[in-house]
Amino acid sequence: MRAVEIAKGVYNVGVIDWNIRDFHGYSTEKGSTYNAFLIVDEKVVLIDTVKKGFEDQLLDNISRIIDPKKIDIMISNHTEMDHSGSLPKIMHYIGEEKPLYCSKMGLKNLAQHFKQQWNYHGVENGEELNIGSRTLTFLETRMLHWPDSMFTYCKEDKILFSSDAFGQHYAGYEMFDDVVGHTIMSHAKKYFANILMLYAPKILKLIEHVGEIGLDIEMICPDHGIIWRKDPGKIIEAYAQWSRQIPEKKAIVVYDTMWHSTQKMAEAISAGISAEGVSARPIHIRSSHRSDIMTEVLDAKAIVVGSPTLNNNLFPTVSDILTYMKGLKPKNKIGAAFGSYGWSGESVKLISAELEAMKFDMIEPGMKIQYVPDSDGLASCMEFGRQIGRAVNRQ
Amino acid sequence: MDKYVCNVCGYVYDPEAGDPDSGVDPGTAFADLPADWVCPVCGADKSEFSKED
Repeated sequence: MRAVEIAKGVYNVGVIDWNIRDFHGYSTEKGSTYNAFLIVDEKVVLIDTVKKGFEDQLLDNISRIIDPKKIDIMISNHTEMDHSGSLPKIMHYIGEEKPLYCSKMGLKNLAQHFKQQWNYHGVENGEELNIGSRTLTFLETRMLHWPDSMFTYCKEDKILFSSDAFGQHYAGYEMFDDVVGHTIMSHAKKYFANILMLYAPKILKLIEHVGEIGLDIEMICPDHGIIWRKDPGKIIEAYAQWSRQIPEKKAIVVYDTMWHSTQKMAEAISAGISAEGVSARPIHIRSSHRSDIMTEVLDAKAIVVGSPTLNNNLFPTVSDILTYMKGLKPKNKIGAAFGSYGWSGESVKLISAELEAMKFDMIEPGMKIQYVPDSDGLASCMEFGRQIGRAVNRQ
Repeated sequence: MDKYVCNVCGYVYDPEAGDPDSGVDPGTAFADLPADWVCPVCGADKSEFSKED
């Protein structure tokens, strides 16, 4: 990616990571970008860096605009390594004495990542920094999605540099919402479901706060993916909608299987849900990625989970998705459990306990079938599915 | 005295330790924290804490 001027004197100097497919356990089938923003004013400012290994590309992009040594101020909106990994090299190159602005929590967290004694400036929420013809304002956004997270806002250009918020893992030469097309919303939704869902109440508060202080936003520059310039309100409204977690009339039946018995149950349960007019889909865990399953969880009303009993336990991939789901704190869900077993049959009880811990409204009892479901067993699964479908329709 | 956990970020308020960075002395019970005290990690207010099991 070459440096692109996104507003007069403001450049995206970030890099494209075409080949990343596993971003800390999140499947990035379209790769990603690490965006960094250069503002050339009386003071020259760089907002965020890029993942370690891409620092030479970052310096090359900056060099097309200005000698990187002329950068006066470094701003770190977020400590995570995909944005801070190049800091040691960049600070060394531009001068270790240059001021490094970050939140108060960023100060603590950067110091725990990097041993250098940089010239830190931990900013207060709302603090302003004049850089010539522009004033930058720092807005703390703790836990969106790390304690150190903050936004930087430029009121003259009406640009919000939003760190990871409003981002998407999408690598492409298209850099703006009006160029990339509507499919970008599915990447933004996946990003929300996998990174931000658990902070939904804080996002709603933040959107309210941004409205109260009357922040005028014409462009949103996240640290991943495209920039929202045509209609930044669209992604803000989508975040509000996703954060409210009002489910659709939809159920997903997430399962794994050893000898296809739990699979047969899953498909019969799905058919039963669908027969009640509720959108339903069986999802085999080993044929899907956990991060894609979470995107389906975001707007589903019923989360039905199935596992065989293996050595008195859950099948391991089922534990994986349950652990991942629990951490992302989905709200307003109906839960149900099922599974085939050979002799002991603990899986249904174990799944139910996990879903109850997530405060799902459980459909009890779950559905257990020994060995292979026969036609009566499948009819029971179908009826169990109908029961779930009716519960979705009641809500 | 009971410990309280932040529902947003998982920080645990330990009354024995207090929160000296925010001016809360060691030995301060959760109930005695000022109403405007917030989680030192994530900024959540007191209502977002629950008693640790």
